Amino acid sequence: MEHNSKKKLMTGSKIILESLIREGVDTIFGYPGGAVLNIYDELLNYKSRIKHVLVRHEQGAAHAADGYARASGKVGVVLVTSGPGATNTITGIATANMDSVPMVILTGQVPTNLIGNDAFQEADTVGITRPCTKHNYLVKDIKDLAKTIKEAFYIASTGRPGPVLIDIPKDITSSVYEFDYPETVELRGYSPTYFGHHVQISKLAAEIVKAKRPLLYIGGGVISSNAANELKELAELLDLPVTSTLMGLGGFPSDHPLFFGMLGMHGTYAANMAISNADFIVAIGARFDDRVTGKVEEFGKNAKFAHIDIDPSSIGKNVKIEIPVVGDVKSVLSSLLEILSNKTEEISSAKYERLGWLEEINAWKYEHPLLYHMKDIIKPQYVIEKIYELTAGEAVIATEVGQSQMWTAQFYKFKNPRTLLTSGGLGTMGFGFPAAIGAQIACPDKTVFDIAGDGSIQMNIQELATAVQYNLPVKIAIINNNFLGMIRQWQELFYHKRYSFSEMNINPDFVKLAEAYGAVGLRAKKPDEVVPVIEKALSIKKPVIMDFVVDREESVYPMVAPGSPITGMLLV
Amino acid sequence: MEKTHILSIHVENESGVLTRVAGLFSARGFNIDSICVAKMLDKNESKMIIATSGDTQILEQITKQLNRLVNVIKVQELTDEDSVVRQTVLIKVNADETTKSDIFRIKDIFGGRVIDVSRNSYTLEVTGSERKIESLIDILRPLGIKDIVKTGIIALQRTRKQS
Repeated sequence: MEHNSKKKLMTGSKIILESLIREGVDTIFGYPGGAVLNIYDELLNYKSRIKHVLVRHEQGAAHAADGYARASGKVGVVLVTSGPGATNTITGIATANMDSVPMVILTGQVPTNLIGNDAFQEADTVGITRPCTKHNYLVKDIKDLAKTIKEAFYIASTGRPGPVLIDIPKDITSSVYEFDYPETVELRGYSPTYFGHHVQISKLAAEIVKAKRPLLYIGGGVISSNAANELKELAELLDLPVTSTLMGLGGFPSDHPLFFGMLGMHGTYAANMAISNADFIVAIGARFDDRVTGKVEEFGKNAKFAHIDIDPSSIGKNVKIEIPVVGDVKSVLSSLLEILSNKTEEISSAKYERLGWLEEINAWKYEHPLLYHMKDIIKPQYVIEKIYELTAGEAVIATEVGQSQMWTAQFYKFKNPRTLLTSGGLGTMGFGFPAAIGAQIACPDKTVFDIAGDGSIQMNIQELATAVQYNLPVKIAIINNNFLGMIRQWQELFYHKRYSFSEMNINPDFVKLAEAYGAVGLRAKKPDEVVPVIEKALSIKKPVIMDFVVDREESVYPMVAPGSPITGMLLV
Repeated sequence: MEKTHILSIHVENESGVLTRVAGLFSARGFNIDSICVAKMLDKNESKMIIATSGDTQILEQITKQLNRLVNVIKVQELTDEDSVVRQTVLIKVNADETTKSDIFRIKDIFGGRVIDVSRNSYTLEVTGSERKIESLIDILRPLGIKDIVKTGIIALQRTRKQS
């Protein structure tokens, strides 16, 4: 009797939803279609346990689930139909894959007997998504369904996180099988290394104390492994200067005296100079992206490198690493701190010897700080600075891609992990707004912004209907220069100001557009209107578009030309 | 630095694994010179032997990424020195009264077998190292090779000798 009651017969659709509940899922982002109608029908019975967010375009679902995952640390879940439903999520999946965001994407598929027949709304979804997922599955037998979902969540959320897709043919969702959710997974070819090798960590501990000009270069791994506290403890223990990639921002408090800003193409003068003058660089959950290193042969040319990363394929990929440590950042840093706790005397003398190094970096910081000059036209940087001040650095900020993204990275001083949601790897315009929707659902009590350009906001503007439907008070700040600003900047610098198709001559009236969707639209045209507009937006418990009409030809500085050493910065 | 590499890849025997593995090569413009895949003793597992040539550093990267694939259990790079490498070739070669005895002699030297005979052709089966197969082909070429088919190479690590 007991055995029977444990293994209840269920349809595939019910098995899917029961499995999701077992994984702690309470929110999914989706869009119905023919191949997932059975699942959607069952979903109505689960209304009280699973919140389904109906987006307006499947790409929006993928980015929203991504934003939800980045803001909360949980796995984001997407449900879409076969064919176009699945292909519309690809940009979102590739975005999550590049930035190591845990997601599970459930796609409908045509019935198993029609697969390969060019059936209506058929696409080879596992084939198309193979290179842009961490792993993917086609469920061909209902017996494998629960096990597959279990594995998918496990793979998505462990090791270096990433998106996992499960393609489910329609007949599987209607057939019936006993439901028995597995407790564990058995994957012979998958066992991420969590604990760093003791010998390597000891070497790292010795070097970090010995180094005269050490530097921490942190990346998104600090955030995905929830290691911000350990990192802060390490930096403060040894007075280590910290610089961060775009993805690492928030992993270390930006207002901390040991923080010297973002490095790389649009990094601060101090950060890029520090990289080039350091004698020992510890890369923590970072991957030496070309936008970070510039000319890779010159990157940290005077330094030895240590690299802590959970993904062995990230280590030694672009730069030679003397001390590789494969492991989870949080766990490795904890072990490192433990080893260092026995070196109190050496540490205090090392700290004393390094005072000059910190002074040097501080001198660079004051020599060339991030700055801009504003007269009677709004400067984009000013808008972001004011958003920072008026939210006290406590907001969750999603960004689109381009100039507005870089100014956000420079002028919003992120204090906490999971407060900057940005497409760092793939650089996806149209990411920010749906990601902000996902983040607002994950964090209903927080203020959530999307900082956008007039170009990128139009890539997923349809999601304004989603925000209005679910009454999500997301604040969209459009840095409106009637240009694809970053393209214009490159054309100015590298193509003799030949502005080839980068001008957005015709934009909608964003205030009216907001109103048409049932949201609120506000506009600032002069510097003194900026603060009142942000204040007003913050007081409205509805989605708000703020249209900031800014200086059309402002550029992001410092800038390193692609392929140049990162010390070769163009300053303002 | 360009060099020939042999990778022995132990995988789960599931559909799509070959594509996942091959995809890592093709995405970097790496050509696979030969590939052999077959089930192992446990039918749920297969072994792939891939021969490829190209930059050593890029191959190292590919190896690391192969390890990252969920269905890949183990990746090993094999070298000529530490492993036994074999390939089998079937060659259909022109034969007449004047050349038949030559073909038989060559077959014997190479330790091969005649597996098909017709009035004007012999088909030989020879197994050996890649170099041996190449020299066999060189020797038979003047006689006129009508058709040829080669397996990919297979390789197995030697047991370490005790020092």
